Amino acid sequence: MATEQLRSACAHDDAQVALIANRMRRDVVEMLEAAGSGHPGGSLSAADIVATLFFSGVMGYDAQDAENPERDRFVLSKGHAAPILYAALSQIGYLEHDELKTLRHMGSRLQGHPDCHACPGVEVCTGSLGQGLSVACGIALGFRADAARDGGDPKRVFVLTGDGELQEGENWEAAMFAAHQHIDNLVAILDSNNLQIDGHVSDVNGIEPVADKFAAFGWEVIAADGHDVADMHRALNEAVAVTGKPAIIVASTVKGKGVSFMEDQASWHGVAPTHEEAAQAIAEIDAAYEELLAAQKEA
Amino acid sequence: MAKATRAAFGETLIKLVDEGMDIMAVDADLCGSTTTAKFGAAYPDRLFDVGIAEQNMIGVASGLALTGRTVFTGSFAVFGTGRCWEQIRNTVCDSGLNVKICPTHAGITVGADGATHQALEDIALMRVLPGMRVLVPADYASAVAAIRLAAATPGPFYVRLGREPLPEVYDEGFTCDVAFANVLREGSDISIMACGVEVAQALAAADALAAEGISAEVVDVMSVKPLDEETIIASAAKTGRVLTVEEHSIYGGMGSAVAELLSEKHPVPVTRLGMTTFGQSGDAAELLAYYGLDAAGLAARVREVLGK
Repeated sequence: MATEQLRSACAHDDAQVALIANRMRRDVVEMLEAAGSGHPGGSLSAADIVATLFFSGVMGYDAQDAENPERDRFVLSKGHAAPILYAALSQIGYLEHDELKTLRHMGSRLQGHPDCHACPGVEVCTGSLGQGLSVACGIALGFRADAARDGGDPKRVFVLTGDGELQEGENWEAAMFAAHQHIDNLVAILDSNNLQIDGHVSDVNGIEPVADKFAAFGWEVIAADGHDVADMHRALNEAVAVTGKPAIIVASTVKGKGVSFMEDQASWHGVAPTHEEAAQAIAEIDAAYEELLAAQKEA
Repeated sequence: MAKATRAAFGETLIKLVDEGMDIMAVDADLCGSTTTAKFGAAYPDRLFDVGIAEQNMIGVASGLALTGRTVFTGSFAVFGTGRCWEQIRNTVCDSGLNVKICPTHAGITVGADGATHQALEDIALMRVLPGMRVLVPADYASAVAAIRLAAATPGPFYVRLGREPLPEVYDEGFTCDVAFANVLREGSDISIMACGVEVAQALAAADALAAEGISAEVVDVMSVKPLDEETIIASAAKTGRVLTVEEHSIYGGMGSAVAELLSEKHPVPVTRLGMTTFGQSGDAAELLAYYGLDAAGLAARVREVLGK
């Protein structure tokens, strides 16, 4: 199946994607409770971004074959958000839902940070911050060479980075290189939640004005609300249409989004919820699900 | 004719593509020095110069490898292993990618550029990584063989290449397998185990020692990881005494690898010869002599350890 057909087969409408994102949030909370450790904040901030990427039809993959060579690629540079990736892979069907609760356990395919040998749908081992953008550049160039050889448009590469992660210098090496090489089958998405382990990014070592920085490096910069599926879908469509240069979506997000007591709290970067905290979180997420359903019926 | 091991790099990549392999190379502003420029001249679409950005070099190579290609990286050994070591660890090796780390200008024989540019730790840095194979060719022909072996074998490789022309040790067309060590000269009093530039020095030392009635066996330990355990143990068992020599730190390099093997499987006295300090500017021959790593220095150490 050609890549374009794979994309079409992955398409859901925005309302459905919002519901899927909500279920992925629920999975994240359950996974982390069962694991007893892990990273809820950055997983929840990325939930709507990842759901839109995987289920709006912008990125093509084969639910029957994670290795389908015609697939687009996704690199989770902020690898500590592995739970949200595993939740998406479970939604696709690469992972059984029950398997999610093996996260971080001995022998599990769901390693603390994504492991491409263990887990179907994980393209490359990530988790050491700052490396994903370079890898994505290489994949994109490989796809460009494939297209030059075989004809057609190059397949797409999407990379999700954190904002704290942009403090790593390798990102800026890659940013310079991607623009210099006019890599336009690459879309970076910045999960801009302004939190890192030691506190607010703006307090620790600020990266703003990050949009201006990427623009100055020669990138197309697209702003989006990282918790509005329709807006993320629009931004992704704009980003893949950019020609002659790489595109980055600066997605404004809230760390811990969807769980009131985790929102915008650096302390929830890398701590698992207790049973009671998880129960409260799931109650909030389930209530939001009912609200989404009701709003959709009304519409 | 004496040729540098680095001269094998670009030329061999061209031949491999000519033969049908889907090879790409990524370098970091040293394409002329590493000789990847030759490859780029022949196949412009297959060489990427990332500029002075070694971490990105490894990431881009990794991404290209993820699209099914065999990818070689350049730069100098200090920067092409050290500056981007963690990228090699966490992206290339943990993912088991088909990336071949082939920087040039390793060791003190870089010469006049001095200490900052003389990689003395690269074998150790690469050897410790799970899944990484480490080859240290001794001359042009064995460098060709090492690059071909790396290309033909899936997964990460480190091939250590040097700047200076080296005497011929092997004939053109020489080939080798993974885990290659080779007894180049038979002897009975001591085994000199050498790699890279030190192989020719060891052969010359053995000649000088022979004139004095000392019979030195010379073993080329080209594959530092995995080791050719059988050949190394057989030689140690035969002579009962080993001197290792490399233009690299004695900590963690080939000598350490041999000492680890022998201490576990066939203990004999081992003396490690190499570097324990940073280098300095000078020409290659001067530096080898100063640090006792030329043929005369090796012969002197052999006499010393044998008490002669």
